[in-house]
Amino acid sequence: MKPKFMRKLWLLLCISVFALGGCAASSAVDQAKNENKKDSSSASKEGDTVKVGILHSLSGTMAISEVSLRDAELMAIEEINASGGLLGKKIEPVVEDGASDWPTFAEKAKKLLQKDRVATIFGGWTSASRKAMLPVVEQNNGLLWYPVQYEGMESSPNIFYTGATTNQQIVPAVSWLLKNRGKTFFLLGSDYVFPRTANKIIKAQLKAEGGQVIGEEYTPLSHTDYSTIISKIKQVKPAVVFNTLNGDSNVAFFKQLKDAGITPKDVTVMSVSIAEEEIRGIGPDVLAGHLAVWNYFQTTDTPENKAFVQKYKQKYGQDRVTDDPIEAAYTAVHLWAEAVKKAGSFDVDQVKKAAAGLEYKAPEGMVKIDGETQHLWKTVRIGEIQADGQFKELWNSGQPVKPDPYLKSYPWAKGLSE
Amino acid sequence: MFIDQLFNGLSLGSILLLIAIGLAITFGLMGVINMAHGELMMVGAYTTYVIQQWFANDMPHSAGLYFVVAIPLSFLIAALLGWGLEKSLIRHLYRRPLDSLLATWGISLILQQTARLIFGAPNVAVVPPSWLDGGIRLFGAVFPYKRLFILCLVLAIIFFLYLYLMKTRAGRRIQAVTMNRSMAACLGIATQKVDAYSFAIGSGLAGVAGCALTLLGPIGPTIGTYYIVDAFMVVILGGVGKLAGTLLGAFGIGLISTFVEYSTSATMAKVIVFVLIIAFLQWKPSGLLNVRTRSLD
Repeated sequence: MKPKFMRKLWLLLCISVFALGGCAASSAVDQAKNENKKDSSSASKEGDTVKVGILHSLSGTMAISEVSLRDAELMAIEEINASGGLLGKKIEPVVEDGASDWPTFAEKAKKLLQKDRVATIFGGWTSASRKAMLPVVEQNNGLLWYPVQYEGMESSPNIFYTGATTNQQIVPAVSWLLKNRGKTFFLLGSDYVFPRTANKIIKAQLKAEGGQVIGEEYTPLSHTDYSTIISKIKQVKPAVVFNTLNGDSNVAFFKQLKDAGITPKDVTVMSVSIAEEEIRGIGPDVLAGHLAVWNYFQTTDTPENKAFVQKYKQKYGQDRVTDDPIEAAYTAVHLWAEAVKKAGSFDVDQVKKAAAGLEYKAPEGMVKIDGETQHLWKTVRIGEIQADGQFKELWNSGQPVKPDPYLKSYPWAKGLSE
Repeated sequence: MFIDQLFNGLSLGSILLLIAIGLAITFGLMGVINMAHGELMMVGAYTTYVIQQWFANDMPHSAGLYFVVAIPLSFLIAALLGWGLEKSLIRHLYRRPLDSLLATWGISLILQQTARLIFGAPNVAVVPPSWLDGGIRLFGAVFPYKRLFILCLVLAIIFFLYLYLMKTRAGRRIQAVTMNRSMAACLGIATQKVDAYSFAIGSGLAGVAGCALTLLGPIGPTIGTYYIVDAFMVVILGGVGKLAGTLLGAFGIGLISTFVEYSTSATMAKVIVFVLIIAFLQWKPSGLLNVRTRSLD
C-alpha cells in the first residue's frame, strides 16, 4: 500500500509542477501578447476574408434569448458579404457558445481575440456576461458590440453599447407613467444586478418627481410562485407595477396575475425585459393591455424596418418575430461595417475613431454613435401589448435621446453611480 | 387577507406535492436519486403543448378539451420514457446512489438539449383551456379555478395511488419489494418487472405534474431545473419511503413558506424554509414519518 501511495504522490507532484509551468508559460505568452498589443488587435489580414466573433449563449438558460441575436448578426454579415464585403474582404463569422456561464464568456472571448484574431466580437446578453468579457477585451485591445438594454454605470473604451442605457428606457418610462397612469409604484424584480440598480434609480427619480414606492419585492431567478406577491399587490393597490423580472419568471407572474383577476385596467404593469420574442412564450392573451418600454418594436414604421422584418422572416421562418435586442444586434454589425469603411482599416483604434459620431438609418430609425460614451443615441418608445403579440406604440420621444449611462444630466441621480 | 394566504399556502402545497409525488415513488420507495425527474416533468409539459397545437389545428371547435386528453397522454409518454430509462440504464445502478445521481444528471442534460433541438430554445406558450379562466369570489378573496383544479387533481392522484398501492395485487407487489426485496424475490415476485413499472409510474406522475404546471408557469427546455430541488426537499422532509409523509411535507412547506414570504420576502422565505428543514432533519433524521422495519439494510 505504502509504496504505491508514494508513487501516486510523486505522480501528482510531477503533474502539478507541469501544470504550474504550463500556466507560467501561458501567462508569459499573454505578456508577450500584451506588449505587442497593436499586432494582436489587427485582424487576420492574410487571404481575402476577415474573421469576426459571435459569442452568445446557445445552450443553458439564456439560450432562450440569445439564439435569435446570433441569427440576426449572421443575417447582417450575409447582407454585407452579398454587397461585396468589407474593404474587398468577405466577413467570416466564428460562432462560439457562452453556454449561459460567465467564466465561459471570458474564456471564449479570449480565444476569439488571441487564437482566431477576430477583428471584432458581437456578443453577450446579461450584464454578468458583459462584465466577464470586459477585462478580456480591454487587455487584448479588442472590440465588443453589446446589443442589450442594461443598467448603465459603465463605459468601457473597448465596448460599443447598441442597446439602451437607463436614460433611454427606464427614466422616460417612469416620467410617462407618472403623467399618464398614477403616482403609486410597486417595484418587482429578479434578485440580481440589473433590477436592483434599476430600482435604485427609479426610487431616486420618484422621490424627485413626486411619485411614491408602496412596495418593493425581489424573487430569485427562475422563481415560479407569485401568489403571495400578487396578494401583496392586491392589498396595496398600486397604480403601476414596474416589472424588472427577467426570463421565465415573467411567464409565471403574468399567468398568475391574470388568474387572480387583476386586469391591466386595475394595475398597469410596465416591463423592461419583455419583447415580442418573450410574448410568444408567455402567451399574448395573458399579456394584452400591459406595457413595455423599448427603442424598437416589430411594428415600428420605417422603410428600413419593413425590409428588415421581411428578410428575417424569410430567412428564419414566418413564425419568427423581431424585437429590440435582435434589432440592436443586427444594427451593431452594420455600424461596425460602416465604421470600418470610414476608417479604411480593421484596426481597432482606427475603427473606434471613425465610429464616433457615425449616423446610421437602422430599422428603429436614425441612430448615432456617441463618441464620448460609445453608446447610441436612440428613440424611446412605449408600447401596449396587443392580442396578436405585437406592440401598439403609445408614445415615443420624437427624436433620438442622447445616451447618459452615468445619469450625469439628472440632479436627482447624484451619488447613484458610486 | 388571511384567507387569501391560507389558500395560497394550500395551493403552493398542492403544487409541491404534485412535483414530488412521482419522486416519492422513484426516490422514496425505490431509492433511485433521479436527477432527471424534472426533465420528465418537462416531457409532460411539452406533450401538453403538442396536443394543444394538434387540437388547435385540427379540431378548433373543441380546442378547450385538449387538456382532458393531455393529462393521460402526458402520463403515458413520461411513463414510457421512464420505463425505457429504467430498462436501459437505471436497473444497472440500483444500490449505487452516487453513480445513479451522475448518470441521471447526464440524462437530464441530454433531455434538455433534445427539447431544445425539437422545440427551439425559447419558451412555448400553452393557452390554458377557457373553462379554467377566472375564479370563485368568496369572503372577499379570489380562488382561481386553475389553482383549485390543481388542488383537486393532486388529491385525486393521491387517492388513486393509495387505492393502487393498498388494494391491488400489483400495488402490493411494489410494497413488498420496497419493504424487503430478497424476501419478495424468494416468494416468487419478479422484482425486476416490479422495478420497471414502479419507475414508469413515478415517471408518469412527473409527466402529469408537468402537464398541470403549464397552467401556472413557463414551458421551456429548462423548467425541470426549477422544480427538482423542491421535489427532493419535500420527499426527504416527508420521510423516505412514506407517501403520507410526502403529503404532510408538501402542505407543511407550502403553508410555512407563504406565510413567511408574506411577512418578509420571497428570498427570505426560501432561506427560512431551508433552515427550518435542516433543523428539523437534525432532530428527526428520517423525516416526518419513517418506515419501521426489522430488515438491516
